[in-house]
Amino acid sequence: MRIEYFQLIDRIVDLDLGGRTIRVDAQVPQESTIFEGHFPGHPLMPGVLLIEAMAQTSGWLVLAATKFERMAFLAAVKEAKLRSFVIPGQLLSINAKVLHEGSGFAMTKASVTVNGKLTCESELTLRIMPFPDPRLRATMEEMAERIGFPMKALTDG
Amino acid sequence: MSSTFDTVANIIAETCDIPREKIQPESHAIDDLGIDSLDFLDIAFAIDKAFGIKLPLEQWTQEVNDGKATTEQYFVLKNLCARIDGLVAAKGA
Repeated sequence: MRIEYFQLIDRIVDLDLGGRTIRVDAQVPQESTIFEGHFPGHPLMPGVLLIEAMAQTSGWLVLAATKFERMAFLAAVKEAKLRSFVIPGQLLSINAKVLHEGSGFAMTKASVTVNGKLTCESELTLRIMPFPDPRLRATMEEMAERIGFPMKALTDG
Repeated sequence: MSSTFDTVANIIAETCDIPREKIQPESHAIDDLGIDSLDFLDIAFAIDKAFGIKLPLEQWTQEVNDGKATTEQYFVLKNLCARIDGLVAAKGA
């Protein structure tokens, strides 16, 4: 996880396109400037970044569903629950499932578990649109390769 | 038509917290009811689920942006309901 760059997902563990589900790993770093302020003497992974991690997980699922033709942007967060603290060094297992694929948007349900324990969850709305800039697409392709996104299988399929 | 309108009006009332009596067939979802694009995603989600269709929002938006259609054609509720009925009929054909 490169937390300062908002690159929160480390690896795609499972992607079931038919079932529209995904599971990823995200390793919270031991040290980050973020923890110096959040909070002194009590470092915590910020809840907004846990929600962002769930959004990114959902986004990778949408990218797979659209064969990497379109980008997903977070539009709404509903029923978000942060059930327990996430501290530096913990490994997050993040699941997302598409609840509905609309025209230009998708609704997902995502959750984070740590050591098998449900830590947070939310329903998310993502806007889906063509990549607005080729640099964004190029960056996403680089990240896709790094996290094990099955690009070839999807584009060949 | 009336049952489609009732369903859509109830969805809008619940989703956007708009008094049901304010929602009329002649109402423009954007101009009269003040529904923005994000709220309309929730409405589209509920309509898609209720009628088993997929409102082609992207196509409609593109047509409006290209000047090939007006927002009234899609977002005045009686027109929206007619398009929903058309999509439902096409699905069953």
